[in-house]
Amino acid sequence: MQYLGIELKKPRIAVFDFTSCEGCELQLANKEETLPDFLRAIEIVRFREVSSEERDDYEIAVIEGAVTRADEVDRLEKIRNRAAVVVALGSCACFGGVNKLKNAFDLPAANREVYGDKPKETLPARPIRKVVPVDLEIPGCPVSKAEVERLIQHVALDVPFQLPAYPVCGECKQRFTVCMIQKGHLCLGPVTRAGCNAPCPAGGIGCWGCRGPSRDVNLPGFRDAAARLGYGEAEIDERLNLFGGFEGTR
Amino acid sequence: MKAELSIDIHHLTRVEGHGNVVVRVEDGKIKEARWDVVETPRFFEVMLKGKHYTTAGILTARICGICSIGHCLASLRATEHAFGVEIPETARKLRMLAKHGETLQSHYLHILFLAAPDFLGLPSVLPLLETKPEIVALAAKLKNLGNRICDAVAGRTTHPVSLQVGGVALMPERKVLEGLRQDLASSLEGIKAVADIVKTFELPDFTRETEFVSLKGEKEYPFIGGRLVSTDGVDRAEADYREMTNEYVTDANTSKWCKLSRQSFTVGALARLNLNFGRLHVEARRLATDFGLAPVNHNPFMNNVAQLIECVHCTYESMRIIDELLGQAPGPIMADVRPRAGRGVGAVEVPRGILYHEYEYDKDGRIERANCVIPTTQNNANIHLDLASLAEKFHALGKEKLELLCAMLVRSYDPCISCSVH
Repeated sequence: MQYLGIELKKPRIAVFDFTSCEGCELQLANKEETLPDFLRAIEIVRFREVSSEERDDYEIAVIEGAVTRADEVDRLEKIRNRAAVVVALGSCACFGGVNKLKNAFDLPAANREVYGDKPKETLPARPIRKVVPVDLEIPGCPVSKAEVERLIQHVALDVPFQLPAYPVCGECKQRFTVCMIQKGHLCLGPVTRAGCNAPCPAGGIGCWGCRGPSRDVNLPGFRDAAARLGYGEAEIDERLNLFGGFEGTR
Repeated sequence: MKAELSIDIHHLTRVEGHGNVVVRVEDGKIKEARWDVVETPRFFEVMLKGKHYTTAGILTARICGICSIGHCLASLRATEHAFGVEIPETARKLRMLAKHGETLQSHYLHILFLAAPDFLGLPSVLPLLETKPEIVALAAKLKNLGNRICDAVAGRTTHPVSLQVGGVALMPERKVLEGLRQDLASSLEGIKAVADIVKTFELPDFTRETEFVSLKGEKEYPFIGGRLVSTDGVDRAEADYREMTNEYVTDANTSKWCKLSRQSFTVGALARLNLNFGRLHVEARRLATDFGLAPVNHNPFMNNVAQLIECVHCTYESMRIIDELLGQAPGPIMADVRPRAGRGVGAVEVPRGILYHEYEYDKDGRIERANCVIPTTQNNANIHLDLASLAEKFHALGKEKLELLCAMLVRSYDPCISCSVH
């Protein structure tokens, strides 16, 4: 297959799921208008959710999910050793995602509450970069398939791949979505990294920050602005903490 | 032939989440037949504590990447019951339309991408890209239509945005609804083509009598709320769902198990069909007759067919809802919401069966206690017991064939395993 006269490198890809909802993997099977092209541009050698083929000769390992158990650490290390490129797919893999909310609770007590006297093994949730080196990250809950396609163009054709540095606000302007903050909503758009095409404000709610902070984010300024709209600290923090991307951001 | 074999499927493929199958036969006797869910627990019920009611639907959608709209709707319904909120009629219709969109995308995904390869002797649909690209194109087109309905009504197909406590945040544009209406009508041809493919599938001749549980349709085939019924004659109110689920913890599983009148029961498309056959759209019933599917059917492999029949039903119902939305002034889509202390339960039929969310709120609208009971959680015990019966009936076919049958059995339930553990 050729693109602009250049022979495509058909990368051998494996997709793995860790602690997650598997919704980001599902996005790989979405955007159906380009799905056959997408599938022809790559060679899928392992993708448990959609194929019974299980090979280990992959160059690129795409990882969905956070790490929350010891066996996941072993599995991730083995994958890292085999793969030339490791891609973190989605907010759980990039930041820990909603899984990290449990870290704020006493885990033995949480275990007793859910499982009674038969507790299950669990560790505080971590993003995969806290366990192995990661080469590329696509945040989002879920990821945008368009961004995944750009990543495939990057590995197959060396087209540069870069996440937008600017915040979601730019994308609301681009699609003529009326500003949610002007309407009085709490919206993390001004501090969240763009690249999702701003579906939440377009869908009638504020941004929830699933892609984490944009570059040079001014969080104190944002907090002041949100407080002026009447939102309390607890509400702002609940929103900032939901997907784990703002941890450690001031 | 030596009547001895051992099957050990680690992380079954072409299902959502991580589950294992173990079967051991010695001297022609089943020594062991197990379905173990080994998915990592996420502790959603704990995470929900202290969260504001506006967060609950957004957070719990993340329990499942395939049925996030169903989770969101069960969550909203639980919260609305706790606060005593009645949603406007137009919002009710829009939510049902989003629900149908999700059912369509999920069922097509399962039938065509996850289940079909077994019947075609393939490891996945990927080889069909070269040999039968028209089938992949058809599958993609049908699934895409389900996703476009979700996009239009819920703002996104996975992890919805427009479904909010009190109603919906947006009314889809008229021209978008008209386009969907047209494409739904023309998709009926595509469904016929899929039915022709499914008719070539050789469904294993296997039955094990069990109890089926679903919502009861009073006026229409049930998807959102209503009474809870079983084929063994159990009948409960939505708020009393715990009497239907009876969850318990086992040693080998991170997902809980459930039981009702027997050791196990089943939820899902086949259960809904078995309990509400007369409420299906007439064309859906016609297709059921074509497949020889009549209530009560006890062959778990028939769940694949039941999903296809529901696709017909959901397609006609989606067209009806769009016609109603286009034929009237939109009216309000959001009710006034005032938090209050209290408990609420929401029951929703998601693609894999009945889903329950229950929350207790404090007076400020923050969650004090939460419980979610997932369809696959309710199916686990039934899958487990089916495996023993299946092995009993088919072990003489040998390891390779039995292993495939075991995998196909579990896939027929379309399990959503990470969802079941949550």
